[in-house]
Amino acid sequence: MATASTALAHGISVRPFSKTLLIYFKEAKYEFLTRLRLRAYSISTISFPVMFYVLFGLVLNPKGAPVGGTTIATYLIASYGAFGVMGASLFGTASGLAAERGLGWLQVKRASPMPPFAYFTAKVALGMTFSAIVVSLLLLLGVTFGGVHLPIRDAAELLAILVAGSLPFCAMGLAIGYFVGPNSAVAAINLIYLPLSACSGLWIPIMFLPKLLQQIAHFLPPYHLAQLALSVVGAGQHESNWVHWEALIGFSLLCLGVARVGFQRDEGKTYG
Amino acid sequence: MMISLAGPIKVWLERGNRMIATLQETHERRKKESGDGGAVIASLHQASKNFGDVQALRQVDFAVRAGELVALLGPNGAGKTTAVKLFLGLAKPASGTVRVFGGNPIDAEVRTRIGAMLQVAKVPETLKVREHIDLFSSYYPKPLPLAETLAMASLQEIKDREFGELSGGQRQRVLFALALCGDPDILFLDEPTVGLDVESRRLLWEEIRKLIARGKTVLLTTHYLEEADALADRVVVINRGEIIAEGTPAEIKASTTGRRIRCVSSLSIEIVRALPGVLEVRRDRDALEIRTAQAEPIIRELLMRDPGLSGLDVTSAGLEEAFLALTGSSNNAVA
Repeated sequence: MATASTALAHGISVRPFSKTLLIYFKEAKYEFLTRLRLRAYSISTISFPVMFYVLFGLVLNPKGAPVGGTTIATYLIASYGAFGVMGASLFGTASGLAAERGLGWLQVKRASPMPPFAYFTAKVALGMTFSAIVVSLLLLLGVTFGGVHLPIRDAAELLAILVAGSLPFCAMGLAIGYFVGPNSAVAAINLIYLPLSACSGLWIPIMFLPKLLQQIAHFLPPYHLAQLALSVVGAGQHESNWVHWEALIGFSLLCLGVARVGFQRDEGKTYG
Repeated sequence: MMISLAGPIKVWLERGNRMIATLQETHERRKKESGDGGAVIASLHQASKNFGDVQALRQVDFAVRAGELVALLGPNGAGKTTAVKLFLGLAKPASGTVRVFGGNPIDAEVRTRIGAMLQVAKVPETLKVREHIDLFSSYYPKPLPLAETLAMASLQEIKDREFGELSGGQRQRVLFALALCGDPDILFLDEPTVGLDVESRRLLWEEIRKLIARGKTVLLTTHYLEEADALADRVVVINRGEIIAEGTPAEIKASTTGRRIRCVSSLSIEIVRALPGVLEVRRDRDALEIRTAQAEPIIRELLMRDPGLSGLDVTSAGLEEAFLALTGSSNNAVA
């Protein structure tokens, strides 16, 4: 990290700020284009939560059926929204990082004068952008076909919370990306992503899960993101939102710490 | 089809060779005019590097001078890639120092003057050629205009193609374009033509020569002697992490051409050395090793003077053989 930050500091000193900003912008833009054209990523991260929502939120449910203080169609925007955010963030960061560092591309970039932080920022920006796309689609579907009545202000708040909630999972993705191989990345992410989201009540509302799972869910980060989103539509578990924020922030820091260890281990292998 | 094409291909190859010869002459002349090399701009001093138990480089001293094209020649696993990684700041020497433009290659300021072409297993495939170049150009303070980069790497016609659609030769040219787009002063090209067919290889050679014509400094690694011969001002032969020979391509070739006679004989070195046509004689354990342009007259003479001569072995020191003779067989080393 020392070497990277020296390089970064130098990068700022030799480059006008506008030029640095341009690099961050282009890095993010091309990361986005790369993934958008990569159907495996763009279609699956968007279509899975949307399909689930259409199936369980719109098709299989009578309009206006109540759950947890709101309608199913509204409830599921928040929970499948969290599910979609988690997928977009994990796959957006971990699979790209694992492949690029495992197959030599990251090394080409590191040999160039690219500010290292621009690389990670682009990956996080990608995760957040796709998160925003997924949540917006769910909102649009819910309002158009699911009889969801949500004031603009609440819809905006829901979107903002979920997109901000992308950050802990981007951090988690960076941590995973440093510890899995290029070929096992997708399998590893699914192995973490799917059970974690199911046990956090993102597929089936939390109150329908067995009591034991409901207890365990308190230790799972996706649960806390879903609860923050649900509280906007008045369907949370009536816990203090501070608890959820603290859990997510703590989890983010933990993941960044792990990612940092991976980063240093990687540099150590090649630098040391 | 093959028969009808053979003629034109031959003509084309000959024309290519003539062109290369002319370019080489120009280059030699330019070098003479500019004196014996410029200032040292990149150097390894007593640099060692190991990966676990494997010693990739052993106390290597190596310098690249401004304006020259140096080929680091060696078999796979000789330590070529490790040397390049040290120069690029992608690896740190276990001992010794690395200097590029008087600084440390991990400094961004130094890196803005360096271009690098590395061996990559996979490049993001859904970005277009011009997009890849646009992104890398943005890292440098004074990049070349896109059109110029495209022209220098012969990519104009495929600039809108996605990387994944390109052939092997085209992919290498894109990586080459990424190395030169920032208009760096020195370029490190790690095995730029590995795995390419003859035509793609020659095309890339032309492009590398154009860089030198623009006053750039180039260090390239290769395990093709022919490539080092065709491009380099100076060849440094490396094997098992050690530099074992260094000189102009002509010197390297001269030191190894002709034939090598090996035999066990009671004749003294002085007598053999006095024979007409003998270039060099040395004693290797109980045998004599004689280097000559033509083996037969000398063998005749030797047998006449020493009927008890035994263990006669004649090897031709062609270019590839010479290279193998220089490097020996390689093992236990990493790239």
